[in-house]
Amino acid sequence: MKSWRQPSILPGFGLTLGYTILYLTLIILVPLAALVWRSTGIGWDAFWALAFDQRTLLALRVSFGAALIAAAINVIFGVVVAWVLVRYQFPGRRLLDAIIDLPFALPTAVAGISLAALYAPKGWIGQIFAPLGIRIAFTPLGIVIALIFVGLPFVVRTVQPVMAELDREMEEAAATLGASRLQTLTRIVLPTLVPAILTGFALAFARAVGEYGSVIFIAGNVPYVSEIAPLLIVIRLEEFNYAGATSIACIMLIISFVMLLIINMLQMWSRRRYSNV
Amino acid sequence: MSKVASRYRDPASETLSWRLILILLAVAFLGIVVVLPLVTVFYEAFRKGTGAFIAAFDEPDAIAAIRLTLTVAAIAVPLNLVFGVAAAWAIAKFEFRGKTFLVTLIDLPFSISPVISGLVYVLLFGAQSYLGPILKSQGIQIIFALPGMVLATIFVTFPFIARELIPLMQEQGTGDEEAALSLGASGWQTFWYVTLPNVKWGLLYGVLLCNARAMGEFGAVSVVSGHVRGLTETMPLHIEILYNEYNFAAAFAIATLLALLALVTLALKTVLELRYGDEIAAGRKH
Amino acid sequence: MDVKIKNIRKEFARFPALHDLSLDIASGELIALLGPSGSGKTTLLRLIAGLEQPTEGQIFFGNEDASLKSVQMRNIGFVFQHYALFRHMTVAENIAFGLKVRPSATRPPKAEIRKRVADLLDMVQLSGLEKRYPNQLSGGQRQRVALARAMAIEPSVLLLDEPFGALDAKVRKELRRWLREFHDRTGHTTVFVTHDQEEALELADRVVVMSQGKIEQVGTADDVYDRPGSPFVFSFIGSSSELPVTLKQGAVHFNDRPIGIADQGEGRARLFFRPQDVVLTDGAEALSGKVTACRRLAGTRIAEIDIAHGAGSSDKAHHVEIEVPLDAPVTLGGDLSFRPTRWRLFLES
Repeated sequence: MKSWRQPSILPGFGLTLGYTILYLTLIILVPLAALVWRSTGIGWDAFWALAFDQRTLLALRVSFGAALIAAAINVIFGVVVAWVLVRYQFPGRRLLDAIIDLPFALPTAVAGISLAALYAPKGWIGQIFAPLGIRIAFTPLGIVIALIFVGLPFVVRTVQPVMAELDREMEEAAATLGASRLQTLTRIVLPTLVPAILTGFALAFARAVGEYGSVIFIAGNVPYVSEIAPLLIVIRLEEFNYAGATSIACIMLIISFVMLLIINMLQMWSRRRYSNV
Repeated sequence: MSKVASRYRDPASETLSWRLILILLAVAFLGIVVVLPLVTVFYEAFRKGTGAFIAAFDEPDAIAAIRLTLTVAAIAVPLNLVFGVAAAWAIAKFEFRGKTFLVTLIDLPFSISPVISGLVYVLLFGAQSYLGPILKSQGIQIIFALPGMVLATIFVTFPFIARELIPLMQEQGTGDEEAALSLGASGWQTFWYVTLPNVKWGLLYGVLLCNARAMGEFGAVSVVSGHVRGLTETMPLHIEILYNEYNFAAAFAIATLLALLALVTLALKTVLELRYGDEIAAGRKH
Repeated sequence: MDVKIKNIRKEFARFPALHDLSLDIASGELIALLGPSGSGKTTLLRLIAGLEQPTEGQIFFGNEDASLKSVQMRNIGFVFQHYALFRHMTVAENIAFGLKVRPSATRPPKAEIRKRVADLLDMVQLSGLEKRYPNQLSGGQRQRVALARAMAIEPSVLLLDEPFGALDAKVRKELRRWLREFHDRTGHTTVFVTHDQEEALELADRVVVMSQGKIEQVGTADDVYDRPGSPFVFSFIGSSSELPVTLKQGAVHFNDRPIGIADQGEGRARLFFRPQDVVLTDGAEALSGKVTACRRLAGTRIAEIDIAHGAGSSDKAHHVEIEVPLDAPVTLGGDLSFRPTRWRLFLES
């Protein structure tokens, strides 16, 4: 029989792998299995009714829609920010680079109350838009703002190393062949970044879909309008409606999984198409 | 000659004006999206004066919240540290089938909503669950108590240290360990004197990120906490309660502590990256 | 098209890379820029291309001042050392790129681009590979794609940076011959950079020997080998040995002993000779030293000899290499006497 692992003289394989699998099973797999098992206990019809009631559907739409918009905005600005950090030398570049990770390090609740204060009609930014009749905090717009904050580092930190590895000679080659800078950027640089950009998008999106802490303070949480799916899970739980909470969680996991699968396939396709063929 | 200089531009870069525009755009975007929220925390905390700021901490519930946050992190981080080292050893130093799948499973918590991370424990240990009545009869409370909060925190911060160590240890290969073993070192000695020193900065980096997330976790902990004031409230939960009670000054005052934690984490992280960049895994991802 | 380089100076962040350098390249010439790394040869090539900006000086393409033109407008073909092929484009797309990015007014119609690509692929002997991606090609094939891509825009000057540097020895030799034929067929003014003297001497019409940001000598292979213009060229091209000597009263003195006649000059000088330009002799003017190593080189033998200073001197011995007949009585550690028959003297200023 061919062994399922390559022989090695290093000790501890059984111990460490065993512990890894045990811990993984106890902490992650068993609880997730409980979720799946509980959802099957609901019964198909009941599950269907719970998952597709109007409020759930709208909450899912708000969560996934806002996450999509925020991830798209993050891709645009994230690529610009990464480019500036990788390519340009200017005073304060180091600081700017360090700041990128703040959304990752700052607890979500802190970000949440701060964003709410900032974008409230009397906040520093809110008061600029209030006279124009634009309300940001306590509307779906606020959700998008919070998700942009949360997702930013994912895009920048995925694209940045790939940009740093770019072969500048390719850009010079394009220039010697007569391509303008814009042509070089769109036809040479951007295509090589596509796989990294898709990965960054997927990570930012995945994080934004499930985000809770930074959103609920700024969202306003109006049912059917600015209520995100994770919040609806919490509400169902507080109502002791476990079946309701479970079904929403299941739907979220399934949609996230499918979307990540699609993005993974896109990524594989683009990697074949654009980089190492 | 000056004419030459003015007409010339680097063919592999943008014109000066475009560079300036892009830099300004990046600075403005980061300023609005990242810096302003941070400044707001401190501004709001001190808006009512230092008296109100200090008063926020002169309260038993606040002290309890701080203590609970530290307790949760003090349990969750070491547990994930041990797991991270074990997982990295098995995955990075050995070749076996199903490795990619195992890594995917370890990454799983990254793509699961924190609320769902909390929910799964409620479904497993809550009053309505099959285990619930049994646990209750034994006098064990998991949900709405410390164990549940620790479990939820472990779930959410599960991949951090493993994710940092695996690529780093993979990069370093097994040569050093094999050399140590051939010189007569035992397995533990090899690990302590060879492997660990090689990855110490990467390990510290992972612990730092794991700790920041553990202390700041909100969604998962919120679901399992039950929000008992002074008992099952961590700092982020305490902030929420204060905020919902319109006690903004106090909420932001507590928030400054967590913001400072974030800033210290960032500063240490930057220092580690600058000084030990090579010894922290390449191609790192959050 | 002929290229004139006039008093070019280039500094990188205050570090001088090229000092006041001038060079005329005739139309249709194949020129090699030869020098060790850090000699500024690649910088000079990039300046001609417009990939770098001169700190001072001008470059003329024909009668036109190219310094005023951006790289896009110079119409040069540049082949990069690592080819810089566009990884996400097929061979055909790579070659067509320079035509496709032209403004619509000067862009050839699609059919013509296709035809041009096919012709170029034929010319570089890669027909049938147009659908491949760069990483599906061998090094030599990539090199030729890069050349075809550069030729597609019908450049007025072809510039190649270490064109064979990334290839293994066998492919390198083949491609070298192929490039010479290619040049003779197309007649483009071509400048290539190399650190391999064999490559430069074999391939180029004229060789520009560079060192430390300066041109040491420009000439044909015969010129630079037989009539080196400076100590650097003598020691860089081919093998040679050097001895410090003094010129006085029409004689060359080494260790205060006359070893030959000096036509002119007075004072301290450096004497260079090639290993093959010696005879073994015990005569009065002979040099003698201890054989430290002896190795076989094809039909001859090379002896390494340490020539000690005069008695009482503690300076390090001079190390020289000479060619000796296979039947010469050479023993390791033994003494050997010889005399250079041809040499060059460079007075120390």
